Amino acid sequence: MEQSRLNEFSSRHKIPQKKTRNAIMAFISGGLMAVLAQLIQDGLTMYFSKENATILTILLFILLAGVFTGFGVYDKMAKKTGAGFFVPITGFSNALTSSAMECKREGLIYGIGSNMFKLAGSVITYGIVSAIVFSLIRYGISLL
Amino acid sequence: MIYLNAFLLCGLLCMVAQLIYDSTQLTPGHITSMLVILGSLLESFNIYDALIRWCGMGANLPITSFGHSLTHAALKSAENEGWIGIFTGVFDKSASGISFAIFVAFWIAILFRSHD
Repeated sequence: MEQSRLNEFSSRHKIPQKKTRNAIMAFISGGLMAVLAQLIQDGLTMYFSKENATILTILLFILLAGVFTGFGVYDKMAKKTGAGFFVPITGFSNALTSSAMECKREGLIYGIGSNMFKLAGSVITYGIVSAIVFSLIRYGISLL
Repeated sequence: MIYLNAFLLCGLLCMVAQLIYDSTQLTPGHITSMLVILGSLLESFNIYDALIRWCGMGANLPITSFGHSLTHAALKSAENEGWIGIFTGVFDKSASGISFAIFVAFWIAILFRSHD
C-alpha cells in the first residue's frame, strides 16, 4: 500500500522525458551552425586560400563562442539546444572560457591559469593520446 | 549541395550526442572525448578526409575534426621525417584553434565576471 502510493507520488513528479524534442533541437541547431560556417567559409575563400578560409572560420566561431560565454548568452542558448552547442568546436571554446571565468576569483595563476582546462582538458588529452596511438599503428603497418 | 551535406553531418552528430546524453549517465565531457577519439580513428583510415570533401564545414566544425587534424598532421609529418615526425608534427594543424581558444578564454576571463 505504502509502496504503491509512493510510486504514484513519484511518477507524478517525474521530469517528463523529452528525448525526441531534445534530439530534434540538437539536430537543427548543430546543422544550422554548420550551414552558417559553410556560408562564412565560402565568403572567405574569395580573399584567402581554402585552407586559411577554413581556419579563419573556425577561429571566428571560437571567438564568438568566447564572447557569448562572457555575456552569459551561450549557456542560456545551450540549455535549449543541448548537444547542438557542445559538439561543435564552439563547445570547446565555451568550456575553456567558462572554467576560466568561474575560477577567476582564485587568482591569475591557480585560478585562470590552472583551471582553464578543467573541462576541456579531457578533449585534448584523449585527442593527443588517440592520435599518437593510431598514427603509430598506421606508421608501423606502412613500414611492413 | 555541400550546404545540405554540412547540415546533415553536423546535425546527425549533434543528434547522436544528444541521444547518448539523454539515455546514459555520460557527461558532455565523456561524449566530446569519445567523438575526438572517433575522429582520430576515422582519420587513420582516411575516411575523415573524404567527409571533409563531401561536407565541408559540416565535418570541420564538430569536435571530431580536432581528432582528425591531430592524426592527419602526425601522419603527414611522419611521411617526411619518420616516426619522430608523429611527435613533432602532431599539433601542426590544430595549433591555430587551440592557441586562439586559450587566448580568447584568457582575455574573456580577465574582462568579464562570472554570471552565477
